[in-house]
Amino acid sequence: MSQIFHRSTNTLSRVSIYAAVFVLAGLTWVLMALDRSPYTTKQGIVLRQPVPFSHEHHVAGLGLDCRYCHTSVETSSFAGMPPTATCMNCHKLIWADSDMLEPVRASLRDDRPIVWTRVHDLPDFAYFDHSIHVAKGIGCVSCHGRVDQMPLMRQAAPLQMEWCLECHRHPEAHVRPRSEVFNLNWAAADQASLGPRLVKEYGIRSVRDLTSCSTCHR
Amino acid sequence: MSGTTRTDQPRGPAPDVATTRARLASSRGREFWRSLEELSGDPAFQDLLKDEFPAGASEWEDGLDRRRFLQLAAASLAFAGLSACTRQPLESIVPYTKQPEEIVPGRPRFFATAATLGGYAAGLLVETHEGRPTKIEGNPDHPASLGATDLFAQALVLGLYDPDRSQLLLELGEIRPWNAFVQRMQAALRPQQALGGAGIRILTGTVTSPTLGDQLRALLARFPKAVWHQYEPAGRDNARLGARLAFGEWVETRYDFSRADVILALDADFAVEMPGSVRYARDFADHRRVRHGEARMSRLYAVESTPTATGTLADHRLAVRAAQVPGIALACAAELGLVPAGSSPSLPADSKRFVTAACADLKRNAGRGLVVAGETAPPAAHALAHALNHRLGNAGVTVLHTDPVEVEPVDQTASIRRLVEDMRAGRVDLLAIVGGNPVFDAPADLGFTDALLKVPLRVHLGLEEDETSEYCHWHIPQAHPLETWSDARAHDGTVTVMQPLIEPLYGGRSAHELLSAFLDDPPRHGREVLRDRWRKRAPSADFEAFWRKALHDGIVPGTALPPRNVALRAGAIEEAWEQTNNSIMLAATSGIAAGGGLGEARDRILEVIFRPDPTIHDGRFANNGWLQETPKPLSKMTWDNAAYLAPAAAERLGIASGDIVEIEVEGRTVEAPAWVQPGHPDGALTVHFGYGRTKCGRVGTGTGFNAYVLRTARGMWSHPAASIRSTGKRQALACTQEHFSMEGRDLVRVGTLAEYRSDPGFARKKEEPPPKDATLYPGFNYEGHAWGVAIDLSSCTGCNACVVACVAENNIPVVGKDQVRRGREMQWLRIDRYYEGGPDDPDAHHQPVMCMQCEQAPCEVVCPVGATSHSSEGLNDMVYNRCVGTRYCSNNCPYKVRRFNFLQYSDEKTPVLKLGRNPDVTVRSRGVMEKCTYCVQRINSARITAEKEDRPIKDGEITTACQQACPTQAIVFGDVNDPSSRVSRLKAEPANYGLLEHLNTRPRTTYLAKIVNTNPDLEKGKG
Repeated sequence: MSQIFHRSTNTLSRVSIYAAVFVLAGLTWVLMALDRSPYTTKQGIVLRQPVPFSHEHHVAGLGLDCRYCHTSVETSSFAGMPPTATCMNCHKLIWADSDMLEPVRASLRDDRPIVWTRVHDLPDFAYFDHSIHVAKGIGCVSCHGRVDQMPLMRQAAPLQMEWCLECHRHPEAHVRPRSEVFNLNWAAADQASLGPRLVKEYGIRSVRDLTSCSTCHR
Repeated sequence: MSGTTRTDQPRGPAPDVATTRARLASSRGREFWRSLEELSGDPAFQDLLKDEFPAGASEWEDGLDRRRFLQLAAASLAFAGLSACTRQPLESIVPYTKQPEEIVPGRPRFFATAATLGGYAAGLLVETHEGRPTKIEGNPDHPASLGATDLFAQALVLGLYDPDRSQLLLELGEIRPWNAFVQRMQAALRPQQALGGAGIRILTGTVTSPTLGDQLRALLARFPKAVWHQYEPAGRDNARLGARLAFGEWVETRYDFSRADVILALDADFAVEMPGSVRYARDFADHRRVRHGEARMSRLYAVESTPTATGTLADHRLAVRAAQVPGIALACAAELGLVPAGSSPSLPADSKRFVTAACADLKRNAGRGLVVAGETAPPAAHALAHALNHRLGNAGVTVLHTDPVEVEPVDQTASIRRLVEDMRAGRVDLLAIVGGNPVFDAPADLGFTDALLKVPLRVHLGLEEDETSEYCHWHIPQAHPLETWSDARAHDGTVTVMQPLIEPLYGGRSAHELLSAFLDDPPRHGREVLRDRWRKRAPSADFEAFWRKALHDGIVPGTALPPRNVALRAGAIEEAWEQTNNSIMLAATSGIAAGGGLGEARDRILEVIFRPDPTIHDGRFANNGWLQETPKPLSKMTWDNAAYLAPAAAERLGIASGDIVEIEVEGRTVEAPAWVQPGHPDGALTVHFGYGRTKCGRVGTGTGFNAYVLRTARGMWSHPAASIRSTGKRQALACTQEHFSMEGRDLVRVGTLAEYRSDPGFARKKEEPPPKDATLYPGFNYEGHAWGVAIDLSSCTGCNACVVACVAENNIPVVGKDQVRRGREMQWLRIDRYYEGGPDDPDAHHQPVMCMQCEQAPCEVVCPVGATSHSSEGLNDMVYNRCVGTRYCSNNCPYKVRRFNFLQYSDEKTPVLKLGRNPDVTVRSRGVMEKCTYCVQRINSARITAEKEDRPIKDGEITTACQQACPTQAIVFGDVNDPSSRVSRLKAEPANYGLLEHLNTRPRTTYLAKIVNTNPDLEKGKG
């Protein structure tokens, strides 16, 4: 009886067994990379908005404080989105007939809200509270990046759980004086000594507290 | 994969009560049991206990063939890998155009208002998120609430967002605008002007609203011959008529349980089913908190014709038929010398002993006692109770009389009878039914519906298109109480101005606006009607300041009615005596008259007792899924009503729970499933009305049977002769009673006050917890807070307010009758009910059980994916997004407090229901385990507030939803690391014990043993 398979199939089968290991590992790596890629996290992606609002112009150019628009950032879980009336405080005088601002004027005229697309979107099972982070000396820039350098808003950080935990495990690496929370330009001269001191001063809870599941999930 | 489960099969024969009795007689000491099946050692029941969930709970519910199975298996395999790879869909942010000044997005706001039941108000604080009401709390400043609520108030939120509420103004089924209705009414009123309004009839429920009262009086002033009728199916006629019998005038009676050392309740469920009962329960419990060093408490004697919450709280309970209650009252009167001795009918020996002991106790505590007759006790019993209170010097101390709270007290049964007569005689041209559902709930013998059809113009204002709207020309959608400007009085007269929390979702109108359509041209908005009325009556010159303060506080100061002295009318006692004797004679003869005769036929004649349903009341809450799924306090039945009867009667008649029986009263019949209820008086049958709705929403239509069919104007609360006949059919009932059984360990511990005094630590002796180091797991240090709960079993009334509060706070889904039958109910908090003693007259005890938040939690160590893990403060955190649904945690939980989403129970499709969800709690999806979290969202919110203010969390700052709703403050939450906190002090009490402590789980939820204050003269004979 003749052989059905050629001798070379032996080699082929050995190679494919080895290769399978690499293919599987590769596939796993690809999936993990995909999960962390901007495709999934939307990090750095500019989303379409009804009005091309420039944080760069308003923050760096005009020097508006974050809290002029995001009024509840110190008091509520939600930082607050400015009502149309806030925009029109200035824009009834400045750029009052710009085409670009027509949706804003229309909103106030028809009393219909502007529908923005959410840029920083946490999953619904994660409960983030702006006010406590601000109160504990976490700067806007730590999560939102250099907003003053973004002509169009984009998500600066991946906002995945491992990214949140990095800070919840090492708050001393990110905490800053409360006076500098809204200063996007500030950098500590010596974070290594300042950090632990502020953690103590602001009563930031222990890492075990901060990494308990119910701190963020409920 | 079979489609049938054991729960579908008919139950075996009725548990053998005789064997059970023998078994109990041979046992020593206290013995507790949960159901008759368990007590009899039924092998089927023992089988049921072996499994974590009842058989079939985890099975595929429909038949499944091989092909479909393979398809599903393949699909699940494919999805298992992919489910984690979803990208989040884009979301929008929609800011205001002009933001209201007070609103901070993301922070809830609270508004004071009130809810009424049967006309009487209870103050509420309503939590709203960006204008959406999401949760009801009690108003701490309101005298009928003191910060707590009943279960109906808790369920208001679901009622508000009910997608089945009526949404369209209809004339004969055609959509019409409001203006068309107003024009039609004004056209109809024009010819009435000349007649003095002789053809106009208004039918309302009990009215305590001063503004509505003024409007009705204005209408009657303009049309002097028009008539205003009132009818409330679960009304207070007996209390009204009893007071008039005693005092010769309409007098309101309220009670001060905080000063009563001895209480005799005559068929009175004051702890749950009375105007002001939330307050009464609190006062009662406050006077019975036995703490180390101050071991004193009041004593409650309860005479009742059907088992109630008050009966379970009683130190001595006497179960008699309703017809015997006035006889007991008369015997008490004889005992106290109000009527000559021997004038009362002879009582059975046990009743006699009870009466003698209770009266001796009342006499010893004259001026510190209280006799209360219930709404269901006949007027004569009320009059006798008033006489007893006067004789004992309780009147003016614990029993306070005031002017009526109602705008116009009337005999409501007579009122609706007269309306029906007028309608039948064609004297009515226009009938406006302002709320209520008389076609469904009017007394059956009056023939309301037939008479109604003789009225040429019929208008119905109602929350839903119901049985009554079907028979009316016009149906006006009513605004929900949370959408309405109105006012109402509490049981003590305190007025609350009710403010709406949201614009009417479906364009509903209030009663004020409906009446304004009759009175004003053009009709006014409810707010204007109300403000105009109060502007005239404002106590201060600055109306706006008064108005803002009244709305803010939820009470109008100084409106509580002052107590006044009333004297007994001469001859009142004699009249009550005569009425009592007449009723006893009637009851005795009617059994024979109904064809009872002798022997077996006579056994089938039972007294039938009517009560409002404990969870859906008179039927108005039938479409509320939260309330439908709340287990009834004693039977633990959901989604159904039943005919409750005593074990002895069931034994005689050969009826088992679930057998369908036919009940006949005066030729009217209804088929109802029977339920054998331990502690029910023999010779009687209890049916709850409110079920059997034929036209309400998707939730309530077709549930239960309609007991109103049997209820006549002459026998509103009981009828002496109903005949009962087995049909041979059976009905499956969805009870949570036997699920999650704890197999007779020392779970609920009860002692008498005397036992407590001689050994305060009696409860701990039953089970010594193992030493702390008897564990293989590494210890856990709780450096900051350590949350815990203490529950005082002496205070729990089993009223279910906590259960519904938990459902509302934590977005717990409704699963439906079929799922409950499979043991898949989702409520995080259950109230276990235990019986002690023989089946005929056992004591009943309630025990709320939620997650124990064990320090050594068996659930945590078995989760393969770390979805349940220990928090630094000792909570067993549940992480829904990690859970893959192995259910190992639930298998390993000794307390069976975990709930699994076997199906997609949360309604994610109906848009309006989304508005009512608590935005601070995740809405769970299919395949996820869940359980009590100690309301971790409230803990986090309080912590964030405290930390922002750089201060520690104060004791009492965090309240769990169940704690906040509890009328008796039986549940206390707090930090057990703080030795001065309330919860720590309770846990240090000698009566404190944990459940299943021998397992060394170190539960954070512990219980204070129930203490009862028995009378040594009345040592109870068991069995």
